[in-house]
Amino acid sequence: MTTQELEKNFQDKVDAEVRIEPRDWMPGKYRQTLIRQISQHAHSEIVGMLPEGNWISRAPSLKRKQILIAKVQDEAGHGLYLYSAAETLGITRDEMIEQLHSGKAKYSSIFNYPTITWADMGAIGWLVDGAAIMNQVPLCRTSYGPYSRAMIRVCKEESFHQRQGFESLLVLSNGTPEQRAMVQDAIDRWWWPSIMMFGPHDAESTNTEASMKWKIKRFSNDELRQRFVDMIAEQVKLLDMTLPDPELKWNEARGHYDFGKINWEEFWNVVSGNGPCNKQRLDARRKAWEEGAWVREAAKAHAEKRVLREKQQAA
Amino acid sequence: MNQTIIKYYYGDYGDKEMPSGAGQHSPVANEWPLWEVFIRSKQGLDHKHVGSLHAADARMAIENARDVYTRRQEGVSIWVVESKYIHASNPDDAESFYEPANDKVYRHPTFYDLPDELTHM
Repeated sequence: MTTQELEKNFQDKVDAEVRIEPRDWMPGKYRQTLIRQISQHAHSEIVGMLPEGNWISRAPSLKRKQILIAKVQDEAGHGLYLYSAAETLGITRDEMIEQLHSGKAKYSSIFNYPTITWADMGAIGWLVDGAAIMNQVPLCRTSYGPYSRAMIRVCKEESFHQRQGFESLLVLSNGTPEQRAMVQDAIDRWWWPSIMMFGPHDAESTNTEASMKWKIKRFSNDELRQRFVDMIAEQVKLLDMTLPDPELKWNEARGHYDFGKINWEEFWNVVSGNGPCNKQRLDARRKAWEEGAWVREAAKAHAEKRVLREKQQAA
Repeated sequence: MNQTIIKYYYGDYGDKEMPSGAGQHSPVANEWPLWEVFIRSKQGLDHKHVGSLHAADARMAIENARDVYTRRQEGVSIWVVESKYIHASNPDDAESFYEPANDKVYRHPTFYDLPDELTHM
């Protein structure tokens, strides 16, 4: 078959909602796009453990500590599901880790913001995980089989992340004036970075068109962002708090909330490495990797030794 | 017909495009081997493939599989097998490979025309 025939075959399958599996023929660009997207997603889960890990030892109660540990553990798991999905496309785990550590691969820039108060844990669950879920639910139907299966697993587990975050803010919002102020402050700091998580406007998004044609993505950045704004603008009322956007207003004609202009300069600045915590996050990842090297080597040596011992016993 | 899964090592994915399906094999010196994980969600059901992970040996693979794939009691039994031992049919041959079953409609119960009055069949 010629490349054109293969490509047509491939596109027909995608159009008919037949999932693409690892050993099926796929265009090189499709493979590339998926490797980039899935590995970035995996990196985001792994780096995403850091801002929350910061609060495990400082959680205000045993219950909140257990919840936070479970959530961080889930994120490690989500990273692993996604790394293994990316590996089916032919990149190795070590290559991906190397790309993260060298700064070649990106991760979600939201994790380059600091977690200053306990209310940030609630705000991250509600807003950051909320935005992530908005992105992830359509990915359960993405055209690449292993990615879709990983996302189904992730989404099943992620819903508790958002709920615990909102609940924790709800408790604080019924507390003292200081606790209420802490909630409002956390919302004020996390709101804009959260809606930036959906990525650049459709007109400026370079990957959208091909990804839509290949059904890697099902909705554009702006569609998903609008849904998120509509959802949060209602939920914030239950907390009796406000979102830091004077232009946020229900638009009857559109059937959606209008919202203010996003500061894209800040977004690109953080993406390109100049956010408040970029260096700290990558340093922490590299340190964990380097200091874990002896464990990886020892486990390998131990496994080899055990095989040898079993052989000797059998002889 | 059967062949081992080929792992396509893709290298520098950001800058150059490789024709899909044609990768060169570059063994990774320090990586733990890759294992495929199968989980029985409850007694009476089959083990089902859930994903893969890296581990130094089978024992570690089972423990890691427990931590990665059964944090919410999703399983009562785990199988792991090193990925390099999985043999798979080739999707490119699917048409000819499954062809022998294609024209044997009489193997299905719906092939037989029976009167409506006939019950319990």
